Amino acid sequence: MRFMVIVKATGEYGSPSPEELAEMGRYNEKLIEAGVMKGGEGLLPPSKGALVRFSKAGPTVVDGPFSETKELIGGFWILDVKSKEECLEWVKQIPFGEGEVEVRQIAEVEDFTRDEVSAPALDQEKAWRERGDWDQQIG
Amino acid sequence: MSTADAHRAIEAVWRIESPRLVAALTRIVRDISFAEELAQDALEVALRQWPESGVPRNAGAWLMTTAKRRAIDHFRRDRMAAGKLAALGRDLEEIEQTVPDYDTALDDDIGDDLLRLMFTACHPVLSAEARAALTLRLIGGLTTGEIARAYLVPEATVAQRIVRAKRSIAAAGVPFEVPRGEERAGRLASVLEVIYLIFNEGYAATAGDSWLRPALCEEALRLGRILAGLMPAEAEVHGLLALLEIQASRTAARTGPGGEPVLLLDQDRARWDQLLIRRGLAALARAEALGGGGSYALQAAIAACHARARTAEATDWARIAGLYDALVAVTPSPVVELNRGVAHAFAFGPQAGLDIVDRLLAEPALTSYHLLPSVRGDLLQKLGRMEEAATEFARASQLTRNERERELLEARAAATRGIDRGSDPA
Amino acid sequence: MRFMVIVHATRDTEAGVMPGEELLEAMGKYNAELVKAGVMLDGAGLQPSSKGARVHFSGDRTRVVDGPFTETKELIAGYSVLQCNSREEAIEWVRRMPNPTGEEGIVEIRQLYELDDFGPSEAIETHFRGQDHAAAR
Repeated sequence: MRFMVIVKATGEYGSPSPEELAEMGRYNEKLIEAGVMKGGEGLLPPSKGALVRFSKAGPTVVDGPFSETKELIGGFWILDVKSKEECLEWVKQIPFGEGEVEVRQIAEVEDFTRDEVSAPALDQEKAWRERGDWDQQIG
Repeated sequence: MSTADAHRAIEAVWRIESPRLVAALTRIVRDISFAEELAQDALEVALRQWPESGVPRNAGAWLMTTAKRRAIDHFRRDRMAAGKLAALGRDLEEIEQTVPDYDTALDDDIGDDLLRLMFTACHPVLSAEARAALTLRLIGGLTTGEIARAYLVPEATVAQRIVRAKRSIAAAGVPFEVPRGEERAGRLASVLEVIYLIFNEGYAATAGDSWLRPALCEEALRLGRILAGLMPAEAEVHGLLALLEIQASRTAARTGPGGEPVLLLDQDRARWDQLLIRRGLAALARAEALGGGGSYALQAAIAACHARARTAEATDWARIAGLYDALVAVTPSPVVELNRGVAHAFAFGPQAGLDIVDRLLAEPALTSYHLLPSVRGDLLQKLGRMEEAATEFARASQLTRNERERELLEARAAATRGIDRGSDPA
Repeated sequence: MRFMVIVHATRDTEAGVMPGEELLEAMGKYNAELVKAGVMLDGAGLQPSSKGARVHFSGDRTRVVDGPFTETKELIAGYSVLQCNSREEAIEWVRRMPNPTGEEGIVEIRQLYELDDFGPSEAIETHFRGQDHAAAR
């Protein structure tokens, strides 16, 4: 099962200290050696990004600062584990002194039941996923 | 939106749309230079109008319509050009009708045009640099300035290179098509080589502002992904992509804190990009499902062995050795053979490696290659043949042009010279 | 440059309401365009927060709170990672997205942290850059 582990930003985008970096490095090593780490990224402040609001009128680009969302994402991991409990065990080991992390399960195609989505759409979705995670529609 | 902002947004649209636009126009007017001119004209109209009207929802279609109108105007005004068109057996009405609706309906046609453009830009009549520059320009949508900065040459040099390249293609009468039959394999190899060379230019970062080099790797990856989408049934296309994704995954780990290169087996694997590894393994699986015995697929499979090993100690050297056995049959090169020797040493012991490496001593291509004596020295040392090891390290230290490398080799020569025969290897 | 495209949650996504066939098809086509352009690196939808949890860190202690969480606007429903040459390119790609939730919704674009400077790196003379086993000691 895959989970997205979302790190909430504290609002400060300062550089981590060498000790913090080293600790986080060791944590990432553990994730990798266990074979559960499938991705991990840090996010730059919202000023380097943008917000797009979708409505009936279409998309509108909103430049920062964003008043829409108060809590910001600072980074995330993607973990591939056997259960939510295992994921939470890994999360508890993150070397954070203070902070908050949200854990969300990734929706795999298998999670959709045939009642909810029509068969052809589901098959098509599955085909896209099987060909390597969003890749390549052959033929 | 300020004009500056609007221009940046339009440039982004241009980056996305120009390759397919130029490709479709080339098919119509059968001349890359003219196609680029028409596309450029359309961009200029966009730059004038869009800051006011906003970027249209289907920007690609807008640009295509504008460019097409200009093409028709041109053929109407210029009777000689119209004559050329007629010579090609085409006329204005036909152009108006055959240009596909740029919306999704005939998306495959546009894809075909892009593929044709790729093959044209990578034609072997052009030099390697010319192919790279033209590909980055036409398929990558990079500006001349961007290409120049990436290759650390003056912009004028790149501009000339591109102009000459287009002329050579026109002069050689290269047809605008995807090669078939006997020609196809060689032409495809040429395309793959261009992408690989662009990647290596970025990956090796031999000199200068290294911050631009990752951009070249990214561009090569993007080109590889585009090609994989256009030729999904070609094993080596997926093989090359797999190799690039996996090699790129190691970028962050390849240099140490002082900027020094860190060899693969010493790299901090926590810094390997797992997303790229996953993508590389997926591409490799596609290559293998399609046959997978080609040179790029095999190299990718070797890279994948490392990517899967969570620590250096966990590396499946036996598998790597087997892959090198297959690779050297497909790509018989002394350097590959040398690497095969190293893999066999790791897998089956230093003598197994030495048996392979010793046969390379007579190889003329490797006489000044410092890694041959360097590897031999290492294997001899492991076998307790210290004096011979020292000789090899000394020779290697004289052959390398890398200062740091030389110091390391001299140190190893000194160390092995000082050890009595019969004692344990260091 | 890499960008994370974050689709913010709505009441529907939190309620586990499946996208209609039309939207699924439109999103599929859109994702295929991104793949064909070589910009799509990764992407996934997330299960509603009712299946998730939050972990609060304080000193040595952690506290787990199970979902669902009520501030829908703060939640995310899905993400993708794009490789683009500029922020403007990422924005343009997102503008082309079919409205992901079918209602009023927010899509956030954030640039990913990447190592900018690799420092000078000496060429390793080899046919096989980066995996030269002959150079590996």
